[in-house]
Amino acid sequence: MRRSIQSKVTAVAAAALLALTACTTDPSIENPPAAETEGGEAAATPAEEGGDEWFDQAAFDEQSEQRSASFTGDPEQPWLQYLEGEMTDTSEFASEGAKKVCFANASISNPWRQTGWITMNQQLEVLVEQGVISEMETRDAQDDDNTQIADIDYFIAEGDCDAFIISPNSTAAMTPAVERACETGKPVIVFDRGVETDCATTFIHPIGGFAWGIDTAEFLIDNLEEGDKVVALRILPGVDVLEQRWAAAEKIFEENGIEATDYFTGADPTEIKKIISDELATGDVQGVWMDAGDGAVAAIEAFEDAGKDYPVMTGEDEMSFLRKWEETGLTGLAPVYSNFQWRTPLLAVEKIFAGEEVPKEWVLPQTPIPEEERADFLASNEGMPDGHYAKFGGTDLPGYPEVWQERQIP
Amino acid sequence: MSTLAPDRKAELRRDRSPRKDRLLRGMRTPGGAVFLLLLALLAAVIVVNPSFGEPGSLIRFIGRTAPIAIAAIGQYFVIVSGEFDLSMGSVVTAQVIIAGNLIGQDDAKVLPVLLLMLVFGALIGLINGLVTTLLKIPSFIVTLGMMLALLGLVLYWTGGAATGNPADTFRQIGRGGIENIPVLEILPYPVLILLAIAGGAFWLMRRPYGRTLVAVGDNARAAALTGARVWWIRTRAFILSSLAATVAGIILVGYAGVHPSVGRGYEFTAITAVVLGGVVLGGGRGWVLSAAAGAFALEMLFTLLNFAGVASTWRDTVQGVIIVAAVAAGARTWERRRRGASSATHDKQTPIAQPPAVGTNEGGK
Repeated sequence: MRRSIQSKVTAVAAAALLALTACTTDPSIENPPAAETEGGEAAATPAEEGGDEWFDQAAFDEQSEQRSASFTGDPEQPWLQYLEGEMTDTSEFASEGAKKVCFANASISNPWRQTGWITMNQQLEVLVEQGVISEMETRDAQDDDNTQIADIDYFIAEGDCDAFIISPNSTAAMTPAVERACETGKPVIVFDRGVETDCATTFIHPIGGFAWGIDTAEFLIDNLEEGDKVVALRILPGVDVLEQRWAAAEKIFEENGIEATDYFTGADPTEIKKIISDELATGDVQGVWMDAGDGAVAAIEAFEDAGKDYPVMTGEDEMSFLRKWEETGLTGLAPVYSNFQWRTPLLAVEKIFAGEEVPKEWVLPQTPIPEEERADFLASNEGMPDGHYAKFGGTDLPGYPEVWQERQIP
Repeated sequence: MSTLAPDRKAELRRDRSPRKDRLLRGMRTPGGAVFLLLLALLAAVIVVNPSFGEPGSLIRFIGRTAPIAIAAIGQYFVIVSGEFDLSMGSVVTAQVIIAGNLIGQDDAKVLPVLLLMLVFGALIGLINGLVTTLLKIPSFIVTLGMMLALLGLVLYWTGGAATGNPADTFRQIGRGGIENIPVLEILPYPVLILLAIAGGAFWLMRRPYGRTLVAVGDNARAAALTGARVWWIRTRAFILSSLAATVAGIILVGYAGVHPSVGRGYEFTAITAVVLGGVVLGGGRGWVLSAAAGAFALEMLFTLLNFAGVASTWRDTVQGVIIVAAVAAGARTWERRRRGASSATHDKQTPIAQPPAVGTNEGGK
């Protein structure tokens, strides 16, 4: 009797822990929100079904146009290019001397953020040398909203900052903290993911998730026939940039008679392989769509292991995908979520304190890498590790290429 | 105990039920029923998707489930001795990262790093075991701590992002197989590794160590009073568990590649599999091969759900329900058996022809 009670207690404890780990596990994703809406729970919401909740026709159309818009600035320096639009007058900030910058970072828990973080630090080196910036104090929120709110409040109260750079962990949760930073009257630069306020001096980001979805889905429908099957591998639900990528792609697939099934993988290659193997056991798969390239190699390997023909596939400009793509000769496209945007915030600081106007919404170019350009990017990034991103945009910075090759994360 | 006189051995043999009866009775225990469940699930999957039943698909399924089954076998040793190993998943992750970072593209490093991984795995198990048994801290807490410590280490080392895959020769262990086999097409190495480990575990559980391990799980004090070194027996169970996690990690590097998310949740998949295999949480009851069968049943269930179009995001829920249901069912069944109800009503009793002549006088011992 005692034993049976004991075993029941342990089972309850085990089940409780099961639930606990569901929240503590740490997915590596492009732009992780802290509250990563614990897998199962979020999946139960209708968001997953139609993707309608995330679909926004106006934004879809706008980003669709921006893909072919012409950007202002030197195309050799895409990190300084922008779309014409409202500018922020920064003459009030114009002042001499080196400034202290405070950077509240969401995390560096995925290869995309790590690559960007390295580039940012090399850019910082240049600006420190030029006497524009005295130092940059960085706080890493490790994918946690609460930590980042505390980080921002610390900077406001005790940071002695001249300017704030914020890469928000999640949109809604970070809005009040960003507003508090704005209230200090100092320049606030938000980049990568947005917040629900336009108080920031400038908001820097590539075109966006819908553009990604349009580029990739159009590539797949151009290379597939009506009625073909596409497996969509998604990192996790509930993150706007990722959801928008899928919302756009799903709509295009539907309109063009492509049968697409989506799965959440958590970027876990084991999961990806399992999903593809099961799909291949059920029937042929002609296309693979990914909302981020992490794990693309595992997906391709699953086709090899099953002895099937390679799919038409979209990955990302991560080196592992570009290399595997070349090696296998599959029909593919590498969409890009411009990694060079990590340089822009520091250069914006320079402009702001020089009193030059900056775009209110600084939209950076976001151009996929097609097969014709793949060889160039592979050559110019030779020796870079698998987790490196081809469009990192740091070839003119000090430390190139060793710092990126060795992946010296500061 | 192995020194039974020949006539007593004969006596035991004579008093046993016929093989068929024992098999039937075994099938009615949770540990046996899991094999029936597995067959039922396999049949269901084949009905939903007939191509899954082809030998080629089936052997690949076994291959990709092998690491989970190996982890379940490892977890079995710990659970049957009355403890838990929650550090398993993070050991898998740590080993995957070690392989990815240390081997690189250098074939010459494959063997040394493989050895290092095994030593590292054994060391983790040793620490888990010694802290649990000698410092008398519940294994739940010790291995939870170890899990967090290892995950922290991995995070520190990688920043939470993937590094490159190691040399292909190393990955062959988990990805390759013996090719050109008739009917099967390919015999994946993970299947062979699983067979070897399952065989070894089965053998070990019939050795004195295995018998004592179950006895310790059933009643540690009684086992201690018979002279068993409980701390060392349990510690070895932890070492076996960590080594199993290491082997699972080695296979996963090949199968999937290097990523900090590999191994995530493995401890709970393994515990669920063990529980589904009819092993009693708290120790003392259950068969090692049932634990492996539990792993297959669990994966088969997920495959079935997948083929039936149920979103994979329901997995955690399913797993949670299974843990609770299996423990509840298991506890009831074992309890009934303990009271003797089931054997009295359902089983044909084999009459003992002749009571042992001298009763308790066993001499030598």
